[in-house]
Formats: sequence, structure tokens, C-alpha cells
Amino acid sequence: MKVTLEVNGVERTVECSPWKRLLDVLREDLRLTGTKEGCGEGECGACTVVLDGEAVNSCLVAVGQCHARRVTTVEGLARGEVLHAVQRALVACGGAQCGICTPGIAVCAAHIVDHDLIGECDDQTARARVRELLAGNICRCTGYQLIVDAVIAAAHEALRGSGSEGGAERRADNGAARGGDQV
Amino acid sequence: MTDYVRPRDLDEALATRAAHPDWMVLAGGTDLMVNAPHVVAPAGILDLWRLPAIGFVRVTDEAIAIGAGTTWHEVERHPAIRARMRPLAAAAREIGALQIQARATLGGNVGTSSPVGDSLPVLLALDAELEVASVHGRRRVPYRQWCTGYRTTQLRPDELIVAAHLPVPGPATRTTWRKVGTRRAQSISKVMGAAAITLDGDVVTEARVALGAVAERPIRIAAVEAAVRGLGLGQAAEAARAAVRATIRPIDDVRSTAAYRREVAENLVARFFSMS
Amino acid sequence: MERPPVVSPVGTSVPRVDGVAKVTGRALYLDDLDAASAWHGVTVRSQVAHGVLEAIDLDPAFDWSQVVVVTAADIWGKNAIVLIEEDQPALVPIGGRVMHRDEPLALVAAPTRARAFAAARAVRPRIAPLPAVFEVDDALAGAGRLYGTTNVFKQFLIRKGHATDAELDAAFAGASQVIEGTYTTSPQEQMYIEPQAMMADWRDGRCHIVGSMQCPFYVHKAMKALLACGPDGVVITQAVTGGGFGGKEEYPSMIAAHAALLAHKAGRAVKIVYDRDEDIAATTKRHPSRTRHRLAVSATGELLAIDIDVVMDGGAYLTLSPVVLSRGVLHAAGPYRCPIVRVRGRVVATNHPPHGAFRGFGAPQTTFAYERQMQKLARRRGEDPLALRKRLALRTGDTTATGQRLEFSVGTDEVIAAIEATAGAPPVRDGVNAQGAPVRRGRGVCFYFHGAGFTGSGEQQLAGRAAVAAVGGRFEVRSSSSDMGQGSITIFTQLAAAALGVDAADVTVIDPSTSRVPDSGPTVASRTAMVVGGLVERAARAVRNKLEAWAAAHDFDPTGENPRPAGRAVGDPTPLGGSLVEIARAYAATMQAELVETISYEPPPGIQWDDATYTGSAYPVYGWAACLVDVEVDLDSYEVAITRCVQAVDVGKALNPAIVRGQIEGGTLQALGWAVLENVVYKEGKVANANMTNCIVPTFADAPELETILVEVPYPFGPSGAKGVGEIPMDGPAAAVANAVEDALGCAFDALPISPEAVAQARPRWGLS
Repeated sequence: MKVTLEVNGVERTVECSPWKRLLDVLREDLRLTGTKEGCGEGECGACTVVLDGEAVNSCLVAVGQCHARRVTTVEGLARGEVLHAVQRALVACGGAQCGICTPGIAVCAAHIVDHDLIGECDDQTARARVRELLAGNICRCTGYQLIVDAVIAAAHEALRGSGSEGGAERRADNGAARGGDQV
Repeated sequence: MTDYVRPRDLDEALATRAAHPDWMVLAGGTDLMVNAPHVVAPAGILDLWRLPAIGFVRVTDEAIAIGAGTTWHEVERHPAIRARMRPLAAAAREIGALQIQARATLGGNVGTSSPVGDSLPVLLALDAELEVASVHGRRRVPYRQWCTGYRTTQLRPDELIVAAHLPVPGPATRTTWRKVGTRRAQSISKVMGAAAITLDGDVVTEARVALGAVAERPIRIAAVEAAVRGLGLGQAAEAARAAVRATIRPIDDVRSTAAYRREVAENLVARFFSMS
Repeated sequence: MERPPVVSPVGTSVPRVDGVAKVTGRALYLDDLDAASAWHGVTVRSQVAHGVLEAIDLDPAFDWSQVVVVTAADIWGKNAIVLIEEDQPALVPIGGRVMHRDEPLALVAAPTRARAFAAARAVRPRIAPLPAVFEVDDALAGAGRLYGTTNVFKQFLIRKGHATDAELDAAFAGASQVIEGTYTTSPQEQMYIEPQAMMADWRDGRCHIVGSMQCPFYVHKAMKALLACGPDGVVITQAVTGGGFGGKEEYPSMIAAHAALLAHKAGRAVKIVYDRDEDIAATTKRHPSRTRHRLAVSATGELLAIDIDVVMDGGAYLTLSPVVLSRGVLHAAGPYRCPIVRVRGRVVATNHPPHGAFRGFGAPQTTFAYERQMQKLARRRGEDPLALRKRLALRTGDTTATGQRLEFSVGTDEVIAAIEATAGAPPVRDGVNAQGAPVRRGRGVCFYFHGAGFTGSGEQQLAGRAAVAAVGGRFEVRSSSSDMGQGSITIFTQLAAAALGVDAADVTVIDPSTSRVPDSGPTVASRTAMVVGGLVERAARAVRNKLEAWAAAHDFDPTGENPRPAGRAVGDPTPLGGSLVEIARAYAATMQAELVETISYEPPPGIQWDDATYTGSAYPVYGWAACLVDVEVDLDSYEVAITRCVQAVDVGKALNPAIVRGQIEGGTLQALGWAVLENVVYKEGKVANANMTNCIVPTFADAPELETILVEVPYPFGPSGAKGVGEIPMDGPAAAVANAVEDALGCAFDALPISPEAVAQARPRWGLS
């Protein structure tokens, strides 16, 4: 099957079984190795990508289902050399150690921040909310503390910059394809 | 190589299903795609992801109809479900984690009807009715009749699940739910329960009580429902506890023990009453 | 020309050198490397726990073209994964004994993973089963003759303050109180998020192996024996490694062997990447343990005698069990003053897959026992738990169970004071949680220590080396230390940059490859910053001294084109105006060579250790820590929620506080997970929960907000005063959790994990007041 999908803003076409996992298509066919496989069963979140505006486990998506859909991987978070706020915060806060879970966390956290999924609340509630939203991403190195610090910092930065061109632009790019966007 | 069809509408989906009953019906894939490289590739994929005909939440005063293709994320955030069927929203929020909730669908949960399906005890307690369709027409099946055994349902090889219809609980009915999983999130249930308890003042006039992870399928506990009728809430809690203890036969498995499941199931069900 | 002073980066939280690569997904782990023509290797494993391998049949119906099959018969060197001993084969030979479930029997490689999986399923081993041994008591009784006649891989007996058992018995007889308990701990899976992975390729007459690992020279040593080659016959390179925690200390040698054999037979590169399920089932776990611990206490609450007997399940092969037991035994008496101590330890063979290294390495197991005992003592005496620790703790000038006099860097008072200061009121005893269930709350504390570096004369015997080189205008750090997330690349960069007096950006820590770096020793035992970092620092200083001396001797003036300035006398000792980078560039241009300084380990003075009697200075220095945990037990579900966890850890010097915090918090959560959530379940010797769904680790939602207090009581022989930090946070928290649950429910929890099932089962014993 020929599958055409938009990956990080670029239209890509692959020819393979529709049953092939999106994760494998990204890593093998498209040589985008930033997305990782940690478990193959949707438990660890290392394979997280944004598909039509939702953070999902790419190990559980058949590539046939991605025809005419939009995918953002960790490689698509930065604008050229300008890192996404979440990426900058993870570096600044020490939220990455061995780094194998980091792409999945960066993608999921960027999605959370860009769509303001934390909502307006006090710091304690915000931290609990971040933990709930990221519970599908397992990290074994950090104990999670510095990652939560980083995501909160990035969320604050996004709030300060909300309404700016950068934020709105990012939301549009990650927008869902619903209803009439079928093939 | 695996075939693939992405139907434009329900008719095309049903026609494909009828022509290829051996094809995998795939929406969110959160169950069917686990360890995909080790699974024999299906002959074909009938991709129902985002099929508009099954992606909806329709609200009336009497009932909420949820399309089979609705994701748990969409269920969880729907204001009417949050307001009138809080246990369903609560269950949706504890299915896996964010990435799973974004893909897992009601149709998937119901189609598989695993004993640990997180939404299923709620569907039982709310007495949901499933709507299934084939090229020959549609029918409705009460969810309490849907599961006939371990991961076995009434779904015929040419049928697709279209929606679940949930009656809105009346003002005198309290609904509750609790999942006890292996950890705080991204977990499989060890014990799970849901209840819809109708009260007249402090007295139970009717109850629907369902448990998951204690049998080969999610079950209503008729013994509890009979035992509590006419009792005040405090007495009902103890009667319910005794009925659960006498009825359920959970198992030991790699995640937990029969003894634990029995004891926690009693506690959950008793708490549903004492907390109402 | 005046240069701005270089701010010393030691002690500051400079961002990780590899941070941007990791957050952008550009860091290349083994499975990311471009290897389009590499075949995929898959391991055929035993489904029998104990037996004799009679034959390996290949299904004739399978298409074996485009598949390579390797068995023990293909091994031309030594069929062993050489480590401490040579008892573990790379592949079980025909006629040989199968010793555990999922033991490697054969290997296949094919162009695609799918084909390799299919081929593996078409390989049919035939095994004649033997009775299997899974219980340590059966092993101790000699069942199965798994290892020699006794099944004991290793045993130790430590005596302090007495010579005979009769003397020990007399001390107990004279005690005012005896506190006694048996403590069991569970196996634990390291669960690094990157599964084990390795690739091998034979070219230019040697075997090149790259992969996920902690100890390139361990792999190198093992491969020399397996491939019957000299040191230059095989090159081992560490790829970016996604977590290790000890799980990639010894096991990578096995996979390297497999990849090398397949690549040799296939005549092309072969990559082996484990499935998660396979990784959990087949690779090493933390040793499960059982410790019997007796305390003899005087009427005034002094410790008179300690008697400990610890038994660990080593699994089917010896691997690192003697060293795990050693560390467990050396920590077993705890950081307390006691004149008479007897510690007996044994690690035995069973038909479980071999157990191995995991952060803490025996110390978490025995720490759990002694801190539970101290809790019981406090309760028996009605004494505040922290006050008791403070009263009995070791301090500078005291001697340990091996007779080591503590001379320096003892952070006892500082860490206990830190916990006292931050503790606050204990949680309210009774309440209701968000699920509407009643809860009982409790608080637990513990105090513990961890010996940094190798035991006794281990470092001396290892004689590790590290090098710093000036290459053009850049400086390279060359060591075999493997960054697996703990930040050694960044730490070494900081140490070298500070010692050189240059910007961190001018320093590169090169990838550990056995052909390019000296053997600094393995990345284990909390020695990387303390020992190897010290070598790096000294090497950097040596490079700086040499370069400055060269510049002075050549009248180096960086401002002019001619290296010889007018008016500057030869040998002028006044400081040069030029930066070291400019000097290095000039050196390279003039000498046409790199300047390399290699430094070997020198032990600090006064380390006397007797390996025969296990007495003396067991470790050059100890880290010290205290932990406070608050728990909330849900009385409907019996789940133990950890609502607060504080660790105060004396690290000597925090070379990079953010990195040190990250290490402490990561180790703490692994310990909390081990305490309440994690377990490896064996059924007939096979891991029954071999997937991430059922072999769980804590998620973001399970982790409490972790509080970390860094304490610095410097170690004079560590770089800038630093001592080991990687493992210590793992040792204590499980005991603190058990102490907290006991406080909440009024009965003892002496077995890990303190699962909801265990809490429910203990209900008849609860003592809710």
C-alpha cells in the first residue's frame, strides 16, 4: 500500500504493508530515529508522536491508518535551531539523563503545553495535573521531579507568551484532522 | 500483503465487514496492535478510525448515545457526560494514560469485553444498550447480555458496533465507580466496581451493582441487588458486603490474588452504599 | 593581553553536555545507528529450567535460505562469558546442562526481524528435563548439584570483637533486650527504558562491537576469551546508552558474544536488539534475599552485639554474586557502634535466571534488614526513631563492623540534622482520601551509609587509568567510563575544564572505545566521579602543567606570529598572557603531535584491607544519608501511597548539583518502587510477568514530590571533595517505607514488596489504636 502522510510539515510517501507500525515506518523507512521503542505495547510512551493533534503511542498505530494524516515527531518540535520551550526547559532543569524516554516526553509535554491541558490553577494542582497527563511516559532515571519542574517552567513561559505568533502557529500545525478530512 | 479499506460511511463499512468477516476491525488499536510484530498480520484491515457515522455524543433528556468510534478522551471531556454520568468520565480518565485515551474507543472496549475493561462495569451499572449494525439492518442488545464468556460477545461476524445508549440516571439515583489498579495510572485493574443506587430518602429502592476483574467477564451481582432492596444505606452496605463475599469467585493471577480481590471487592461495594 | 578569568564550573549546575542531543532526538542509541545492511539476530532460548540439551533440530519445512544459525559448535574459542568465573556458557553445548529458563541455546540471523523471529520459532531444541531447584533452602540442602557439591557460590564470615560463637552467645545471653527478625526482599528488574542492544561487524581482520553497555573492558575481556584473540582482535565501543543501573554491567558480554558469532558466520554486520519481554525474562535482576538479624541491647540502650545471617539467591550462574554478597555483608551491621558483630553470608545457586548487578548491589537488601531492626528497637524502647539513630550512629573516630576507623567525611550529624529540621509535624493519623476511602497515615525514617568505590584493595588491583590529551586547540578526555544517564560526560567535562582553566566548550569526552581509551575500570560501584573523575582531574592538571612549561620554555607569546617575543627572557616564570587553548594550538603546530597525559590510580593513604579475614578498611570512604517517608494506607484497597519522601545525602561535594539531585531522585524512586510496587514473579523458574504491563515501575502519578537535601562533608581524596553518589539513594527508602507503614498500621512489615495484597493479608495483625 502507498501511504502518504505529512511528517513534521513535509509530505512523505512510503510503500509497505498497512499493518506496519507507524513507529517502524518513522524509524526505518523515514530514518527519523528520534522516536524510540521501549516496550512495543503502549506502556512506556517512548514512542509518543502527535497524530492529527493528539499525543499517541506510535507503536500502536498501523501506518495504513495514517494515510492523509499529520504526524509530528520529536524532530519536528524545534523551529530550525530554536528549540521548543519544553526542550529548552528540559535541558535547563536537568530533566534528561539517559535520554531514551526524552523524545516521547518532549513530544507529549509540548502537546500538553501547546494545548494548555494543565489549565489555570495553583502550582500544586498544576504539578499533579502534569503528573497525570504524563503518566503514560515512563522514566527510570530521573524520579520525574526535574521533568515536572521543566514542564511547569515551559507552561509558565507559554502563558506569558500566549497570544503570540509562535503559540498560535504551533496550535494550528498540531490541529486535528476531523470529519471531512477523510480520503 | 495485508489489505486495507478506510470506509467513507457506515454502509461501506458494513459492506466490507460482510465481504471480509476475517478482516481486523481496527479503530484505536490500543489492544489489537500490542506486540504487532509478533502477531500474525491480518488478511485485511477495516479502518474505522474517525468514521463520522460512529463518532458522536448525542444528548437528550432521557439518554446519552455515544458512538463506538468516540475516544475515551472525548468521553471524558464531554460536559454532559461529566455532569450526568460522572462515573463514565471518571473511568475514561483512568483508562491507561493520555496517549491511550486519545486512541482507545468505546467500541474497542466493548468489542473486546475483556474482564478488565475499565468502562464495562459502568456500562453495566448504567444499564447501557448497544446498537449493532450489519448489511441486514440494526439491532439493540442490552450490555448486560452482551458478554457470554471470556472475551466472547454476541457480535456476529458481519456486524459492527455502532453506539452505546445510556439512560440518564434519574435524580434519585447516585452513581459511583472505583478502579483499583496495579498502580496510580497506566494500570490494569485488579478490582473494579460501579453502582447505580436509587434512594427514597435513605432507603435503597433499587440498585445495579457491577464488578470487573473478579470473573471471566464484567458482571452484575444480582445477589447484592436483591439483598439491599428496602434497606437503609448503612444496613445495605453490610448486606452488600456479605452478598459479594458469598457470590464472587475471583482468581489468583500474576497481578494479584483471589483473596485480595474478594476482600477489596467487598470493601468497594460496601463503600458504594455507605458513601451514597 | 588580559584574558577574562574562566569561572570554575565545578560545583555549578551546568546543563548536560549531551542535553540538546537528547531533547531533539539526535542522540544515537544502538538501534538508531545507520546499519541498513545489518542482519537481525534473535536468540533461541530454553523453555526448561534444568535439563540436558540432547539436540537442536531445525524444522525442515522452514525455508532456511537467507538465515544463519549458530550453535555452541560454532564457537572456536572458549564457550564461556568470562567474568569472575567461567561457568556461564555463551550457548549451551549439545550434551551440556541447561541451567535456567530462557537460557540461550542457539542463535539465528536473517535480513529482517520478522524473518529472524520466524526462523527462531523453527529451531527445535530437545531437552531432557532434570528436577529444578527454586528455593534457597533446597539449594542449601544441596539439591540439584547446581554448583559444586554445596550449591554455595560464595560465603563470608565476619567477626568483630569476638573469636568464637560461644563469645557471641554470651553477649546475647547478657543482653537486656534482644530484637530479632527475618527480612525478605524481592527480585527487581532494572527496567532501563532502552532494551539491551548490540551490533557486531568483522572487518579489517577484527571484530568491532558497538552497543548499550556500562563496561567496555568487561566486554573486551570476555570477547578475547570467546573469540580466542588478542587485545587488538576485538574493539568494543559504547553507544549512547539508555539506562543501565547495573543491568548492563555484565549482561552485555553475553549479547556481544552472540552478535559476534552471528556476524562471523553471516559474513556481515548483525544487530541484536532485545524485545522488552525477552529482556525482562532473560537478563539479570536484583538478588532476592533473606536476612536473619539479631540485636543484643543493654539496659541503657547501647548495642552489645549484632548477629546477621544473610542468604541470597544467585540464580543459575555465579556472574557477580560473590561481589554482591560481599557488599551486602559489609553493610549488614549498619552505620552503628557495636563492639561485637558477626555477619554470615551465603549466595547460592538455583535454577532461576542468574541474578546480577543492580544499583546498591547487595546493600539495599541488608540495609532493609538493619533499619527495620532499628525501628523495632526504637518502638520497644519508646524512643524517638531519629534520636535513637543519632545516639547509636557511627561518627569520626568510631570503628565499623570490619574494624575500620572512620577518619574523615562522615556526614552523620549533618544528614540527621537536615531531616530533623525539615520533618515538621507527622501526618494526621486518620482521614479520607479522594476516592472516599478511610486512610491511615504514618511516618518512617531511616539512617544508612554506602561505601563508595570498590571494596578494600579493589581499586588498587584494578589500577584504573584515564587520560587527557591536547589535540590541536581542543582537549580530549579519554576514559572507559560509560555515561548511561548519570552524567559522567558532563562531570568529566567540568572537572577537566576547571583543572585546565579552559571553557567547557573546549573539552570533549570521547566515546569509550577500547581501541582509544585506557581501562578506567567499570562504571559501577559509585566510583565514576570519585575515582575516575579524580584521574581525569589529575590528568588535566598534568596536561596544563606540561603545556605551560612548554610555553615558558619556548617563550610563547600568543599575540605575535613569532613564538619568540622580543624582550621576554627564557625561563621567565611570570604568568603567560595566553590562554591554554592558544598554547595547545601552538604546541600542536610546532610538535606535530598530540600531548597525552595518562594517570593511574593511586590509593589514598591508610587503606589496609585483609581479604582473608574481611577486616580493615572496607571502603575508602562512605556516603551517609537519612530518609523520611510519610505514607497513607487506603483502608478499602490496602494500597500504600507515598505522600512525602525526603532524602538528605552527604555526597562530599556536589560537582554538578542538578546532576547529583537527578541521581538521588532517580535512585530514591527506584527504592520506593521496590518497596511497594515492583516485583518479579517466578513460576517454575520462568518470569511470569515478563512485560511492562505486569512488571511495573512507578509512573509520574505514583511518584511523590521528592525532596532532596544535598549535604557536603568533603572527602579529601575525591575531586573537589566528591565521593560516590550513584547508589546510595537506593539503599534506604524501602526501610523507611516499611517503618512508615508499621507506624500507620501498628504491625511489622518485614517483606518486600509491601504490596496491597501483603497489607490486606496482614489485617489480623494490624494494631489500629
